[in-house]
Amino acid sequence: MSQLMSGAKILLECLAREGVDTIFGYPGGVTLPLYDAMYDNPIRHILVRHEQNAAFAAQGYSRSTGKVGVCCATSGPGATNLVTGLVDAMMDSIPVVALTGQVTAKLIGSDAFQEADTFGITRSATKHNYLVKNVNELPQIIHEAFYIAASGRPGPVLVDITKDVFQGNAHYAPVTSIHLPGYKVYTEGHTGQIRRAAQMMLEAERPMIYAGGGIVLSNSSAELRELVELVDAPTVCTLMGLGALSSEHPNFISMPGMHGSYAANMGMYNTDLIIALGVRFDDRVTGRLNAFAPHARIIHVDIDPAEISKIRNADLPIVGDLKRVLPKINEVLRELKPEAGERPGLKAWWKQMREWKSAHPLETSVSDTEIKPQHLMREIDRLTKGKAIVCSDVGQHQMWAAQLIRFNEPRLWINSGGLGSMGFGLPSALGAQVANPDQLVVAICGDGGFQMSIPELATLFNFGLPVKVIVMNNGYLGMVRQWQELFYANRLSQVTLDGFPDPVQLAGAYGFKGRTVEKPSELAEALETAFADPGPYLLNVRVTPTENVFPMVPAGGAINEMVLTPPQPAEARK
Amino acid sequence: MLQIITLLVENKTGALMRVTGLLTARGYNIDSLTVARTLDPELSRMTIAVAIEPHQRRQLIKHMNKLINVLQATDLTDSPAVIRELVLMRVRAPQESRTAILKEAEIFGARVVDSTLEGFALEATGDIEKLDEFIDIMRSYGEIEVTRGGAVAVSLESKKLRLSPPVPRGAEEGKTEEKNGVI
Ligand SMILES: Cc1ncc(C[n+]2csc(CCOP(=O)(O)OP(=O)(O)O)c2C)c(N)n1
Ligand SMILES: [Mg+2]
Repeated sequence: MSQLMSGAKILLECLAREGVDTIFGYPGGVTLPLYDAMYDNPIRHILVRHEQNAAFAAQGYSRSTGKVGVCCATSGPGATNLVTGLVDAMMDSIPVVALTGQVTAKLIGSDAFQEADTFGITRSATKHNYLVKNVNELPQIIHEAFYIAASGRPGPVLVDITKDVFQGNAHYAPVTSIHLPGYKVYTEGHTGQIRRAAQMMLEAERPMIYAGGGIVLSNSSAELRELVELVDAPTVCTLMGLGALSSEHPNFISMPGMHGSYAANMGMYNTDLIIALGVRFDDRVTGRLNAFAPHARIIHVDIDPAEISKIRNADLPIVGDLKRVLPKINEVLRELKPEAGERPGLKAWWKQMREWKSAHPLETSVSDTEIKPQHLMREIDRLTKGKAIVCSDVGQHQMWAAQLIRFNEPRLWINSGGLGSMGFGLPSALGAQVANPDQLVVAICGDGGFQMSIPELATLFNFGLPVKVIVMNNGYLGMVRQWQELFYANRLSQVTLDGFPDPVQLAGAYGFKGRTVEKPSELAEALETAFADPGPYLLNVRVTPTENVFPMVPAGGAINEMVLTPPQPAEARK
Repeated sequence: MLQIITLLVENKTGALMRVTGLLTARGYNIDSLTVARTLDPELSRMTIAVAIEPHQRRQLIKHMNKLINVLQATDLTDSPAVIRELVLMRVRAPQESRTAILKEAEIFGARVVDSTLEGFALEATGDIEKLDEFIDIMRSYGEIEVTRGGAVAVSLESKKLRLSPPVPRGAEEGKTEEKNGVI
């Protein structure tokens, strides 16, 4: 039975059928009919303070739950404000559906008020996008959008809807099937390849598992753990994959790459077999390509055929969903393991690994006079015990957090990995807290990035979201300052952040508590107080202004030639 | 060197933009592009001639195949295919050179589609280099005006034309071909 309904109502009905409970959005002229329909609809709308943050919040919601995040904006400026958040979701493969209003169909192309070519602008910012000019097409397109966003390699999908579609009426009948003849998703993996992969794993003397965001996205942490234990390989998790294997697991080595640990990078350099799972050989991981794992063969499992052999040729490629492929590999491993010979090399490999680990552990220095950034992250780690959702902004603080905070599970560490968008931390924490109201959600921001999304403090207050906002205040655009110090003769150009607002007054103005901490002796107590507070809390932590993140593989450098400590003595920094 | 890429795409708004967007985003200038519907009115066949750097070729084809509106993208450069182009041309032909021009046209299999006191309109089809030659020769007779239709192609490898998922069984994977099965 079909029913005559407005486009706006049809849209909300389709969202309900997709299980959407929350929309992060901001209204405007052409979305008026939609917002009118929302007025008495059970789907919750979170009014953010900037559309970019609607997209980031939808990501925080999605990254912390695995569900599709939904954001909404009006035409023109509303839609263009979403773009950074969409590209960010694209880079990190986060399933988001963005709904935008468009001017009435017959006005398109007339430079109508708040008209922008959203369909054209977001073409490369999305996995796929739609322009809907006919209300009868709306239900089909909405369900396609959710299907495309969540399936295969996930990503953002935008649906641009003209005002007359919201207003128009159509006979609505639930959509029962989706037909996308050009959309190919390969999930199962090739049986022969899977067998060969398992054999290679059991033959390798110096195997390394290189696990990434794909494990998190496909919810295959348990399958990964089994594989890790069957192969007994040291395992690194990328910036996007932290938590894919618990940081407490004995095989977990830490993060590889530009600011990865010495052990992780030496492991990746010296291995004879890289088992790459849901990763994309990002330049921040590989460093100079000809010095990346020069002795290794590569097994690469990914759902996206375009990732295979994109950067590094895969000796054994498997295109498939890790959730489907890993159990099959594990099954073959269990079958073959009893017959497989002892691997004398493996023992030596582990010994070597432990030596690397103890030779250059991650820097955790503490001072009596000033709070070191590493000290801050260690304290957060100690108090959250690998269980809190930690959303990070982009910069030095992000790297220290990634190095030093443990994550016992996937979907706890949320950060902008591929795009590195400053301003991501606070709104993504907002979204994560909406989705996980009872969990401790910590936003770790730099004093730069925090100021890019300050307005969302109002949203936190509005919705009573008890996010703990920790500003690691070094007075600088620290990551840029570090590069200027190391590679541009310390000619500090446009990196000083004078005039940080007083957090007590700032948070107070928004209606909650804020505090500045400067003394190392006060840090633990301040964090405990903030975490115990039932409401949102802003903690401004003043840290050593000129601390640098180490180890460091300079851009284009070789991963086995890390810079481990600051150049001595730190003349340049005086 | 020009690559010839043939694509089967959904006949939908934006499908062309998505395909060309992948090329323009990488800074490639399209040499020619043709699109027209197929026997199935919901699908179009697109042929693109473009010079892509060798190291990006395979990756680009994979990205084209990833587009939701693309059923199949195939690089015809190194596989058996017939590639043809249509050229329409006006030649100024004074009395003394008319016979010579007609002779040349005949050699290249061109047809006269219009004839006036001033000259001819010619129609020629052929492979791209042949047509280049034809145009050069005609130019030697004086002023000409040329409209080229862009390359159209058909693969001669029957398996390349199937409509089933094309990625990444072999072809895309170089040496590891048959091993990298799908499904
Ligand atoms: C939107 C955006 N603009 C610029 C940059 C370049 N950038 C990367 S890190 C960084 C400095 C961040 O400073 P801050 O937020 O104080 O963090 P810190 O590095 O000091 O911890 C900048 C400017 C970026 N990543 N994103
Ligand atoms: Mg800073």
